[in-house]
Parts: sequence; C-alpha cells; structure tokens
Amino acid sequence: MTTAESPVRGGAPAARHSTAVPLAPPRRLLEFTIDDEPVRVPEGSTILDACRAQGKDIPTLCQGDTLTPKNACRVCMVEVEGSRTLVPACSRRAEAGMTVHTDTERARHSRKIVLELLASSVDLSTTPRAAEWLKEYDAKPDRFGPQAARLNEEPKVDNDLYVRDYDKCILCYKCVDACGDQWQNTFAISVAGRGFDARIAVEHDAPLTDSACVYCGNCIEVCPTGALSFKSEFDMRAAGTWDESKQSETTTVCAYCGVGCNLTLHVQDNEIVKVTSPHDNPVTHGNLCIKGRFGYQHVQNRE
Amino acid sequence: MDLHFGDSKPTDEERAAVDALLGPPESAWEAPAGEWVDRSADDLRWARGGRPARDRRDLLLPGLHAINDRVGWISDGALDYLCRRLTVPPAEAYGVATFYAMFSVRPRPATVLHVCTDLACAAHGAAEVCAGIEQRLGAGSGVHIERSPCLGLCERAPAALAVRAGDPVRTAVAAPATVESAVLAATSPDSADEEPPASLAVPQAGDPSLVLLSRVGVVDPASLDDYRAEGGYTALRRAFDIGPAQVIREVTDAGLVGRGGAAFPTGRKWQATASQPDHPHYVVCNADESEPGTFKDRVIMEGDPYSLIESMTIAGYAVGAHHGYLYLRGEYPRALARLEHAIAQARSRGLLGDDVMGQGYAFDIEIRRGAGAYICGEETALFNSIEGFRGEPRSKPPFPVEKGLFGKPTAENNVETLVNVLPILTMGAQAYAAIGTQKSTGPKLFCVSGSVARPGIYELPFGATLGELLELAGPPEKLRAVLLGGAAGGFVRADELDIPLTFEGTREAGTTLGSGVVLALDDTVPLPRILLRIAEFFRDESCGQCVPCRVGTVRQEEALTRLLERAGAEAEDDIALLREVGRAMRDASICGLGQTAWNAVESAIDRLGAYA
Ligand SMILES: Cc1cc2nc3c(=O)[nH]c(=O)nc-3n(C[C@H](O)[C@H](O)[C@H](O)COP(=O)(O)O)c2cc1C
Ligand code: SF4
Ligand code: SF4
Ligand code: SF4
Ligand code: FES
Ligand code: FES
Repeated sequence: MTTAESPVRGGAPAARHSTAVPLAPPRRLLEFTIDDEPVRVPEGSTILDACRAQGKDIPTLCQGDTLTPKNACRVCMVEVEGSRTLVPACSRRAEAGMTVHTDTERARHSRKIVLELLASSVDLSTTPRAAEWLKEYDAKPDRFGPQAARLNEEPKVDNDLYVRDYDKCILCYKCVDACGDQWQNTFAISVAGRGFDARIAVEHDAPLTDSACVYCGNCIEVCPTGALSFKSEFDMRAAGTWDESKQSETTTVCAYCGVGCNLTLHVQDNEIVKVTSPHDNPVTHGNLCIKGRFGYQHVQNRE
Repeated sequence: MDLHFGDSKPTDEERAAVDALLGPPESAWEAPAGEWVDRSADDLRWARGGRPARDRRDLLLPGLHAINDRVGWISDGALDYLCRRLTVPPAEAYGVATFYAMFSVRPRPATVLHVCTDLACAAHGAAEVCAGIEQRLGAGSGVHIERSPCLGLCERAPAALAVRAGDPVRTAVAAPATVESAVLAATSPDSADEEPPASLAVPQAGDPSLVLLSRVGVVDPASLDDYRAEGGYTALRRAFDIGPAQVIREVTDAGLVGRGGAAFPTGRKWQATASQPDHPHYVVCNADESEPGTFKDRVIMEGDPYSLIESMTIAGYAVGAHHGYLYLRGEYPRALARLEHAIAQARSRGLLGDDVMGQGYAFDIEIRRGAGAYICGEETALFNSIEGFRGEPRSKPPFPVEKGLFGKPTAENNVETLVNVLPILTMGAQAYAAIGTQKSTGPKLFCVSGSVARPGIYELPFGATLGELLELAGPPEKLRAVLLGGAAGGFVRADELDIPLTFEGTREAGTTLGSGVVLALDDTVPLPRILLRIAEFFRDESCGQCVPCRVGTVRQEEALTRLLERAGAEAEDDIALLREVGRAMRDASICGLGQTAWNAVESAIDRLGAYA
C-alpha cells in the first residue's frame, strides 16, 4: 500500500510520514517567513508542517497524518501575501520567500465563521478539541437561529462492529480516501448527493452489510469527529459508561498473522473497548484488518 | 481493487442501453449478475479489470446518460451492470450519479419537464406558468416536473425543456412557454412546435459590422459548404501556414482575454500548455454555459457550429494536442445535434481526423455531455466530470496547464474565447487589437435579457457603455437595476449606465463583466425575491466539498428568506450576518462558486439599498 497520489485526480502528492523509510536523499531547505519570523523547512513541506515545527497551533479537521490533504474543511486557513484568497495551510506547499501570517484578523474571522457553520450544522460533541477552538475563536453557532438547517440524521446501526452517525459527519472525505485508493482499496463508501445534501454513503444508499465493506475499520481510525465509531464505544456512550479518563492504552503486536501490525488496545475496567493502530508504524500507518481491529473477543476473559 | 457487485439485475432495456455504448460484453464475467449461461472456455482465462478497463472510467458519465436517456432513471441493476462493464466501484458510481441534477436513482416517469424559474424567466412570469403546468400535469400524467435553473434560453423567457426517455430520447423546447405549449412539449414532444432559428436570438443578425456573429443567420448551420463559402477554414489554413508558435504569438499580440468569466489571457494559457514537457496535451472547450442569464455560447453553437470546430482545431494545433473535448451542458439538445453533425461532416471531409487538411496534423474532437451541474463549468470540476468522477473542483496549484484533464497539460477555453481566434488569424493580431480598448481588445458578446424590448445576444466592440447596449435592446421605461455578469456578478443602478463595458472599466466601477450577462430589471420586479432566487441557485449548485460554501450558501439563503419580510432596522442583524458569512466564503472557499456566491446580493445591498 502506498499513499502515492493518483495523478489523475490532480491532488497534491501525499507527503511526509514521520516514519518514512529514511533512505531518501536529504531534501533542500527553503526559507520563508511565518508571522514575521524566518523559518527553514525541507522542500515539499506544507505550511502546516512549518507552523507545527514552530510550535504554532493551527486548528485542523480534514487534515490527516496518513492521508493526502483534501483541504475541504477550511479551518486551517492562513494568509499568504500576494494571494487573493486565504490559503489552506494543510495542503499548500511552502515556497521560498513566501510570507505567511497565521493569526491575522482575516484568518481568525474565517476560522471563526467556518467553525460556526460547522457547529451549527453538525454535532461536534465528540470531535476532539472542537469545544476548545469554538471558545478560542469566539464562535457562536447559535446565532443562525433555531430554524438553521441541520443534518438531523439517526445513527445507522446496521452491523455489530461499527456505527455510522452522520449527524456528526463534517464531510472531511477522510473515510472515503482511507477506504478507497489511499489505503484499503475497497471503495465501499463515497460521497453521494451534492451541496448541503451530500452524504457519505454506500451504493444505492444500502445498509453497510450489503456493500463491499470488509470491516477493516480504517475509516473509523481516520474519522476526526466520532461520526464513525466502534459499536462498543457507541453503546457505552449511549449507556453513559464511556469514560476516557478510566481508559488505558497498550500497544502490542497483533497475534493473528505474521505481518506484525501494531495494535493499541484501549481498555476500560479490564475490558477492551476499542482497538486503534499507531499511525507512525512503518508497516501499517494505522491501518488494520477486520481481525486485528475487531477480533479481540478471544483475549477477553469471559466467565 | 476487489470489486463487489450486488445481485441486482438490469432489465433488457437497461442492458441494451449500456451495450449500445460499450459494445456487447466480452466475457461472461462482464455479464449482469447471475447470467452465467453462455460462459465459454475462454472465460476461464479472462481477467476482468486491469488497466484497459480502468482506462475507460471516463465512459461512466456517457454510460449514465445512456441509461437515463433510454429509461428515464438509473436503477440499482443498471448502475451495477455499468459498473461491472467499466470496473468502477458501485459506491463511487452512485456518488457520481447522484451528483447530477438530470439523473435520478429513484423511479420516475419517462418524461421530465424542466421548467425554468430563474432570473430572466422569473421576470417574465415563470411562477404563474409553472403553477399552471403543475395544475395540468398532476400525478398520473406521466410527466415529472422539475423546477430548473436557467436553461440558457433567456431571450425567449419563460422557458421549458421536455425530455422523454426512449430509443431515441426525444426533446422539445417551449420558449416562450405558455402552459399550453409546455404541456404539449411534455405530452407530445414529437409534435411540439419547432424552435425558431438561432438567428432570432441575434437582433443584429446580418449587420455587416458583426465579427463573431457574422455567420449566424447567414449560413445554414448544417452546411459545411456554406461555412466555407463564408470564409470558413481560412483561419485554420493560415494557422498551418504560420505554424503553432506564431499562432500563439498572434493570439497573445491580439490581447485576447478569456470570455468564460475569469478574464485570463489566452495566449499565456496556450503558451504555458504548449511548453509542457509532459504529453499528451489536451484542449478542452468549456461549453457548459450554466451561468444564469448566459446563452451566447448556445447561439454560436446552434447558429455557426463549424466556427467552434475550426477554432478548437486551431487551439489544438497551437498547443500540440491531438484530442479535444467539447464539454457541452446537458440541457442543450439542439446544440448537441448541430455539433455532432458538424463534427461528422468535418471528419468526412478531412478537416478532422488523422491528417487535417492534408497537413499531417492529427486532431479529433469528442463531445461530452454534462448532466445538470453548474459547478462543472469550473475548469477543474469539468476535468473530474469528464474523467468519470464527481464534478468537484480540484485545489490549485497545480494549474490545468500543468496537470489538467487526465493529469496532463490542458488548455481549457470558453466557446466565445475560441471563436475569437478566427478573426485574429484572418485579420491579423494588429487589426484585431485595434477593436475595443487598449486593455480589452476585440469584439464582445453580451447576453441581454430581462425587462428589455429586444432581448438577445449583442455584439459590440469592448468599450461601448452599458447605456448604449441597453439602447439597442430597448430599455424599460422604469429601469430599476442591471445585473452585470450573472449570478456571480453584481448589480448596478439605473443611474450608472455610463459604465464602459470593458474589463478595466467595470473593475473601476467596482463591478464585473463576468460572462457577459446584462439582465435588466424594471421597477415591477420584486428585488428581495430575485436575491433569494440567486441564493437558492448557489445553495443548489454548491458541490458540497468545502464547508464555507456548503453550509454558508444555506445560511445565506435562510437569512434572505427572513429578509423577504424585513427592512430597515429589522434587517440589520441578518445583513450583518450575511456580510460576515459572505466574507469568509470569499476568503476560504475552494473555488469560484463559493468565492462569488455573495457578490450579487452584496452589491444589491450596497448599491441598490435593498432592505433599506
Ligand atoms: C462555478 C464556476 C462556473 C463556471 N462556469 C463556466 C461556464 O459555464 N463556461 C465557461 O466558459 N467558463 C466557466 N467558468 C470559468 C472557467 O472555470 C474557466 O475560467 C474558463 O472556462 C476558462 O476559459 P477562458 O479562459 O476562455 O475564459 C466557471 C467558473 C466557475 C468558478
Ligand atoms: S471498514 Fe474498511 S472497508 Fe469498510 S467502509 Fe471502512 S474503510 Fe471501507
Ligand atoms: S464519516 Fe468521519 S471521516 Fe467520514 S467524512 Fe464524515 S467526518 Fe470525515
Ligand atoms: S466553493 Fe462550493 S462549489 Fe467550490 S469547491 Fe467549495 S463547495 Fe464546491
Ligand atoms: S485542515 Fe486544512 S482544510 Fe481542513
Ligand atoms: S432560461 Fe430561464 S433564466 Fe435563462
């Protein structure tokens, strides 16, 4: 598996795994400025890479460390001198001599509105950091009024392994990319419909069980909002028993086959509640198969 | 990729529609699910998929058209069969099929009547006509009525287009539509009145000063000989005489600037494409023309189709392409027929094909039909659409001249832009540049509609004023405002008629020429309704890819709905909200749709004092 860009789609080439096999020739450094400070980054870095290296915290939602940036959410916008519009930091390559401003009134306004638009249309309650960002940018999603159109969809519970709660979906395309040509190559899901009515769906809007899905759970791994979640997590949340503060994480090697994928077991009250995989693992980059991801019942001690 | 197909089967008809496009299945593996009866020994050695099959992904949109044209909608079985033939994952194909307004994945009657309710038609009583039609063609009439965005027939507003699925598909246009003529078109498309000739859309037809429109109404659009007798193919001959590099130089020296809305210098685009080391190169003609109020490209294609074929050939020659795609909006059946005929004629006479004009240059043109999506006029969305993906814009850079159609260097131009290349080559760059102003050279087409006596396409040299143009078209007694540049453009006041119609002049006046729309509104037109209609248009046409546009267009529409009944102090909050959202949309949207969606409404508030 590779994350090589598909040239046909014209997307920006997939970048930078922190774990990429370190055999490539050293890359040239290029210089530019961020918020009036000079920075040097290897050629090919995005503005976001450079910002993070500087310790700057820019909100991101659709950006994923293992995926080609789709730059669809538009929360990471920064100002680049000479550009008519703002620029998505997650996907724009740094260029020598660029002048970037990350915290101008213009950039902040845009982030604030985008966060308001998102929070007014979908449920961000399980999106890590969303509450913090809404506060930081003084976003007031309620101001669009009680009549503001929302997704308002019931969670789709149609199999025993994972739940699709599209009321929480921000349409970041990560799951589609993970299921499609960037990782899994199963192409079980895509975006259907257009505009505000666009939704993640399998063919003919069928239940997942009628689709090509092989339940690898790689889409859950990349989903930034909790719209896709383990059935175990979904049920525990519904029952009010999900408690991350009581969870411990243990990374181990999957016992099923010889590939040696790393698994991170999330354990609460001595029960495995979900399984993720480290993104910086050079073998899997966070991807697993159905057995590694969901086949943990046999290790649980059941009386 | 391990494709999974359901077990829904196509009907014989659906299967025949797909096979008519792709040929019969080569192997039982390609046959519809469960039909393994005639499996042969060869099938055991036949590998489905692989590169040859994946390379046909671009036949997905034509395949969807084939089914929709024959049956009227796209069933699970039909979609699965098409996917099996093209090795396209069904989920992706479903995503594509549901992207386009002209397709349905739910059962519906074979006849669809598109009734335009957009700006020019609204100003000509579309609402009443539509209500009347809905009353006459209720449930059980066998006609599905769709309220449609602009059909590109604004000079004959209000307009309706009937499409009846079958073999062949039948279409009929009613414009200007009455309840009776629209109902007739839908219930009996074969006996509906014939459309008037394209030249009726050109009030100046026959005027010897016309350059771009000189042949409309003068030549028979079906006759290549007529076209040649009126100077056709002299420009291509000159192109062959001077060579590709010199053609690009002439176009550059002529100062030709794109007429598709973004006003990009054509010579620079061609040069950048021609000089790319990657091959093949492509030329793409953007004939999607879905901007409300725009119909100039349609009139050229219907009235003078060979001129576009010749121009595309010149463009291909200049940039080193051997294949051109003509992306035509799906709602233009007559333009489609005329262009198909013209291309076939040109091919049979050696003006397209392996050896154009015996010059050893190979070039051919393929028509691709859109299926009802304004966003597919955005240049990169258009590439995705041709390639068989959802018509979502790509982020730039990389730009099309570097990575365009199929990831290859591509020069994409508007119909009107391309047709300008003919006079540039026949009269020479200097003479051409002498027309118009220094910065906006050449002749320009304007689509005048709304409250004027003689709506239609007008050709004037750049630099004429808005007032002069309206004078030709017969302005209304009480002009309230003019929408310049279409839904993505801006309103100007009735006292601003001395604005010169040039790129620089409109820019100076804080507005835009856009795609050449001039929609005149008199004081009877309810402005808040028009503004709401514009917002609805963008809400409907957003591809949905990026948040500021996907949600922002909805929030703007909601605010404008509230503003239908508010003014003055009561309107202030919503106007502030519109401004804040609009600013973020302009700054943070991926493409021009989201970036310009708020322009017209903003200009109505600022210049016309709407809601004051
Ligand atoms: C939302 C959107 C819709 C567009 N629709 C059209 C169209 O229908 N026809 C067209 O020629 N250009 C359209 N454009 C402009 C094209 O993207 C592109 O700039 C143009 O085709 C380039 O041709 P030109 O250089 O000859 O103008 C549209 C742009 C946007 C952002
Ligand atoms: S579980 Fe795997 S196969 Fe199923 S939709 Fe998610 S990524 Fe695709
Ligand atoms: S389900 Fe999750 S990963 Fe998929 S588009 Fe929605 S938010 Fe993104
Ligand atoms: S601005 Fe609108 S149309 Fe353009 S990419 Fe974003 S959502 Fe799609
Ligand atoms: S994180 Fe950059 S656009 Fe989504
Ligand atoms: S055809 Fe109705 S507005 Fe153009």
